[in-house]
Amino acid sequence: MGFDLVLEELRTICGPEHVFTHPHQLHTFESDGLALYRASPRVAVLPGTAEETSRVVRVCHDAGIPWVARGSGTGLSGGALPHKEGALIVMSRLRTIIEVDLANQRVVVEPGVTNAEVSKAVGPTHFYPPDPSSQIVCSIGGNIAENSGGAHCFKYGFTTNYVTGLEVVLPSGEIVTLGGKELDRPGYDLIGAFIGSEGTLGIATKITLKVLPSPEDVKTLVAYFDGTEPAGKTVSDIVAAGIVPAAIEMMDNMSIRACEDATHAGYPPDAGAALIVELDGSEAECKTRFEDVLEICDRNDANDVRVAADDAERQLIWKARKAAFAAMGRVARDYYVQDSVIPRTKLSEVLGRIDELADEHGLPVANVFHAGDGNLHPLVCYDARNEGEAHRAEELAGAIVTACVDAGGSITGEHGVGVDKKKFMTKMFSEADLGAFQRLRCAFDPEGLANPEKVMPTPRLCGEVPGPYRRHPIEKAGLAERF
Amino acid sequence: MPGGGDSLHRVGPASHTEAAELMRDCADKGVSLRPVGSGTKLRWGRTTPDPDLELATDRLNRVLEHNAGDFTAVMQPGVKLADAQQILADKDQMVALDPPLQDSAATLGGIVATGDSGPLRHRFNAPRDLILGITVALSDGTVARSGGQVIKNVAGYDLGKLFAGSFGTLGLILELTLRLHPLPPGTATATAETDDPDALERTASALAHAHIETNSLDLAWSAGRGRVLARFGGAEPAQQAEAARRVIEDEGLDPVMIEDDAKLWERQRAGQRSDGGLVVRVSGLQGEAARVIRAAEPLGGSVVGRAGLGLYWVKLEHAGVAEAVAGVREMRSHLGPLPCVVLDAPQAARPAMDPWGWEKADDGALRLMRSVKARFDPAGVCNPGIFVGGI
Repeated sequence: MGFDLVLEELRTICGPEHVFTHPHQLHTFESDGLALYRASPRVAVLPGTAEETSRVVRVCHDAGIPWVARGSGTGLSGGALPHKEGALIVMSRLRTIIEVDLANQRVVVEPGVTNAEVSKAVGPTHFYPPDPSSQIVCSIGGNIAENSGGAHCFKYGFTTNYVTGLEVVLPSGEIVTLGGKELDRPGYDLIGAFIGSEGTLGIATKITLKVLPSPEDVKTLVAYFDGTEPAGKTVSDIVAAGIVPAAIEMMDNMSIRACEDATHAGYPPDAGAALIVELDGSEAECKTRFEDVLEICDRNDANDVRVAADDAERQLIWKARKAAFAAMGRVARDYYVQDSVIPRTKLSEVLGRIDELADEHGLPVANVFHAGDGNLHPLVCYDARNEGEAHRAEELAGAIVTACVDAGGSITGEHGVGVDKKKFMTKMFSEADLGAFQRLRCAFDPEGLANPEKVMPTPRLCGEVPGPYRRHPIEKAGLAERF
Repeated sequence: MPGGGDSLHRVGPASHTEAAELMRDCADKGVSLRPVGSGTKLRWGRTTPDPDLELATDRLNRVLEHNAGDFTAVMQPGVKLADAQQILADKDQMVALDPPLQDSAATLGGIVATGDSGPLRHRFNAPRDLILGITVALSDGTVARSGGQVIKNVAGYDLGKLFAGSFGTLGLILELTLRLHPLPPGTATATAETDDPDALERTASALAHAHIETNSLDLAWSAGRGRVLARFGGAEPAQQAEAARRVIEDEGLDPVMIEDDAKLWERQRAGQRSDGGLVVRVSGLQGEAARVIRAAEPLGGSVVGRAGLGLYWVKLEHAGVAEAVAGVREMRSHLGPLPCVVLDAPQAARPAMDPWGWEKADDGALRLMRSVKARFDPAGVCNPGIFVGGI
């Protein structure tokens, strides 16, 4: 099928007003939240229903055209970067909250519904725990693709812990239903396999989420320390005491200055490190545990501890933290965010290593991180106008990722691999591991049309599936061959 | 290496390499294999002819790492959960899993492979949710790993979830990295009884929606009488249970507070298994407790349920073959389309029932599952036939 015919079909399916091919229309979709990577698709199409999505995917499938699905475009790994030979399928028109079944703690939504809209639909009695910083904008469909977490995932977990049902358009165009409102439907946990697959296994068109009753009490404090070392020790002591805070977030001096400048939340700009600790749960439990936390802060020589007196003050404390990435623009012309994870006990060691690496590369690195789960967001600051600095920044960022993986960590805690981190996949995974991933991908997408050239370090093809009980299946057994 | 003979051979690999080589040999020779731990759930799933080979995990039984500061542990699949808990308890930690252990025999590999769980699931979720990393051997001899050692990680595909509950049909689990939780310093339970299934459901639901943090929220029903139980753990469990007491009172039942509550919960777990009788797991919702009880009662069945999760186990302890077969049929006809999965059953009744109750052979999800199976076990030698749709 020629591309003109494809366009004609897409226009028939979605209406011509939802099919964009003009460069100035496509410009909006050239990148996601990671503007470093840009590409223009041949066409951007905005289906309005699951049925239309299915037909769009089928047209691509039949024509052998690669496609990329996109939600709100807030992703930070280039996962929604368009394929320049392909179609971009934008899911933002599917934004109906289909059902709020509070009695059974379920919400059924379309993928374009934002994360914050879900919590709003069930509040104030209930809430939806995953809360990425971009929650006001980011879509549930994108959260599914990236297995989004957020500040509160140390206690509450990630998107994958809250999805009970999915309707998915497979790369063949077929619509399948996985799970439902109930738990433990018989069969493989394909929901678990799908969530976090970064748009490479299909497009979720209907999502059933579990919500929780809101906690009785929330207590938040921010403690200031001379540096990240005593703050890190405080985190370890809190966790070792068997306390599971809803959130523990740390910021270093450079981040504090940038955030304070941007939000005027009242953080002292000379503090070496700030530690936000939030407890929630039963009032009695919170009270006792909060006293324990205060004592631990004190024991680790906190210079000052500010306890949020009310919800407004809590919001203010969080405002500074959630503004961190945006605020960094105030102290650095350009910056490069990393998303590595380390075992929490290695925090001080790795932060020391990052300091060394920053010195070696002659570039400042600011740190904000989800300290409870060891998820660092080092922000490598640079000025792209200075020759060679962008390159040095990228090198430094890579060295930081390597240091984290060497410490037993991961290349990404919540932003995903996308295009940005696929080159690091081989630091974490062997050829055999990648081969096993590819089997899953091939089971869903044998033609390799769904978000190709993402996640895997090198492009792979799917082999034929041999029939059962073949004697020599190894070489061809769905193990991909390299280009 | 045995061929496809009549008797059941058992091999216990001691390393990843040994396991992988055994599996590749099986695939090359078309020898079917069944991963097995302590064998406490060996009859679950579809009844199939015995495989040619049992791949036992009893020599892969070491706790490889306990990173107490990070609340993670690396375990081999043959580790018995009861033993693991003992080791972790030294540091006041636990794996937040408490399925029925059948005389402390159940292994981590078996629990993960069957996706089994207990009352702690209310707060801490299922085995799938506690797996940070997994290493598996596939039937072509591949040893592959997914995930990692940290509690937050989105690099690569999540094979841990795919293998959890896959009943050994995709390969052999060689290693599990698990997230741990603090062992609660104390526990307390608020409980109340009633002979009205609707009042039971209402009270359980009120507890599920209350702004309290229950570690476990169960119900039980037997011989015309039921009980709701809410368990709390932490620094102030008794005070938390007090809050539950008020919720129960508001629903018109008489709460009882119990601090020495271990036996109560042991009984809940025991309700999920039967030695010779029938146990059917019903996947429902919170608002279906009374309906499940009313379906079980005329069959002489007892029920335990994770009230907040909508999971119920209906037990016909003394069911003979005919009663078991009829019981499953009755439950499915009353409760369908809720999935009613047969776990334990009288052996002679098994061939007459599909434990999974998967009716639509042409279902898209089932086709996708077959496709996954074909990619991971193209030789089709891993526990063939035991899973849904005969996978």
